[in-house]
Amino acid sequence: MTAELEFEAYGGRYVPETLVPALDELETGWEAAREDPSFAEQLDALGREYAGRPTPLTPAPRFCPGKTLYLKREDLLHTGAHKLNNALGQALLAERLGKRRIVAETGAGQHGVAAATACARFGLECVVYMGAEDMRRQRPNVERMDLLGADVRPVEIGTRTLKEAISEAIRDWVTNVETTHYLIGSCVGPSPYPAIVHELQSVIGREARAQFLEAEGRLPEAAIACVGGGSNAIGLFAGFLDDAEVALVGVEAEGAASLVDGSAGILHGARSYVLRDEDGQILDAHSVAAGLDYPGVGPEHAALRDSGRARYVSVGDEAALEAFRRLARTEGIVPALEPSHALAYVSELDEELVLLGLSGRGDKDLEEVLERRN
Amino acid sequence: MRMKRLAIYLMAGENTPELADAAVAGGADLVELGFPFSDPLADGPVIRRAAEKALAAGMGTQECLDCLAHTHERVEVPLVPMTYAALLEAHGFERFADDCRAAGAASLIVADLPIEAEPGLARVQLVAPTTPAERIKLAAERTDGWLYLVSVTGTTGARDSVSGQLPELVARARSVTDVPLLAGFGISTPEQAAAAAELADGIVVGSRAVEIAEQGPEALRGYVSSLREALDRIPERALR
Repeated sequence: MTAELEFEAYGGRYVPETLVPALDELETGWEAAREDPSFAEQLDALGREYAGRPTPLTPAPRFCPGKTLYLKREDLLHTGAHKLNNALGQALLAERLGKRRIVAETGAGQHGVAAATACARFGLECVVYMGAEDMRRQRPNVERMDLLGADVRPVEIGTRTLKEAISEAIRDWVTNVETTHYLIGSCVGPSPYPAIVHELQSVIGREARAQFLEAEGRLPEAAIACVGGGSNAIGLFAGFLDDAEVALVGVEAEGAASLVDGSAGILHGARSYVLRDEDGQILDAHSVAAGLDYPGVGPEHAALRDSGRARYVSVGDEAALEAFRRLARTEGIVPALEPSHALAYVSELDEELVLLGLSGRGDKDLEEVLERRN
Repeated sequence: MRMKRLAIYLMAGENTPELADAAVAGGADLVELGFPFSDPLADGPVIRRAAEKALAAGMGTQECLDCLAHTHERVEVPLVPMTYAALLEAHGFERFADDCRAAGAASLIVADLPIEAEPGLARVQLVAPTTPAERIKLAAERTDGWLYLVSVTGTTGARDSVSGQLPELVARARSVTDVPLLAGFGISTPEQAAAAAELADGIVVGSRAVEIAEQGPEALRGYVSSLREALDRIPERALR
């Protein structure tokens, strides 16, 4: 398998044989799309006219005294999170491949909403698998998906969260592979998905780098983002991988810290870091943030960790909740619980000039946060 | 002399050696032994639930190897562990293969390891209705003894009738290889078994065997016998 592992020792295609021809077709289609100027033009136009790109780079002088902090505002993207960058690109790709049906998984619901949004825009059938527990704690997003015309299917097995939703989406894809594109929401899964999602989210880092230079006349000392599957982080990091002086910091949830606490293993088609036992059985993850509640992580992050190019830390529920409230009170921005984990770590950084990826807004989390007020 | 091979899949567990004995008594030529995994992408609800129960009962890799060894003591037919790459990755691919062989395994099936991966790992390869001829050829070249034809585009689990995709898959496979072909996924009744076995060289029955095994060894033996009888009638039918 080593010939197939595209991120040093990580990546690969650990999937049932039924899916291999579909992955080959996807890879070929993706290569063709990348070489076709009209694909980039269409995506760029959608970004500008439909999604609201470029998103602002916002100085945040009050959030953490002693740090010069800038926020890359993916919370201002249409649908409220960075997920739409990927959903629009993959929907366009699915169209090119002649697929009329989309299947997706979702944790917090933001990717589900993004997928439903893209499908509505393109006239594609949309089926979204969501853990029953996640449906309870992220209800506004369930309602949005319904409104957008998606068929949201609760997943009642196992932990009833993101891990099982991904498994069910993959099983659906195995069963409907000829008509269906699996619109994966993060830089996880079998190749070529991690590379596709990296590319589609890299707009975040490219824009942020140019904006930062314009604002500060120099690069940040650190770029920091939360890591669940890892797509907003890989998108932000993508702008700075070749800038050795920019530290890259990924923040996981304490109860779902695959890179911090896990070991190499296989989950959902890729070799990466996972929370697993000695036998390779996957362990349950826990986080107040549904989008971080995943015992795996994208294989590119595993490679970045091993090489030392990026460092990964974890933050607990309470610290994330405190940061959520603090950003609201000091800057008038309500972040999602996911990037609140990155916000919580800003004060711990050695670096002073900091760029943070604000991956989404927190409307979906208000009920959960207010319930925990006491 | 049996014309068509009958493989029965059972989940590893405390009662499995006894159940395997019953399956062989009923006419199974080969027993696949499932080593449970927490996130089995290729499995439908029946085998998934069986895996959950097995894991809850403590069937880790060592316990499954012990089960394999005990089963090997009881039955004469080839035993083939079936599982997912995550278990081999954690144990070490080579070490897993060695430990299985030491416990009496005749070969190995890994549901999510692509054909070209781990060329050093001897195993029965799987091909699907979506697999093109050149790829089936590669699988046949690399397979250990026989080729597992996944008859449906889907997960394991009983269906109402034998897959419409099977005839074409068999034809495509026969056009590139002479290795024995066993068809599995979605075969549960004697009629389905006969229909599939007429096309291929044999069949694998999983989900339904796992379900009936819950009723005990006698029930399993009776069920396997009904499959065996249906398979053994095939040459008879061809002569009519």
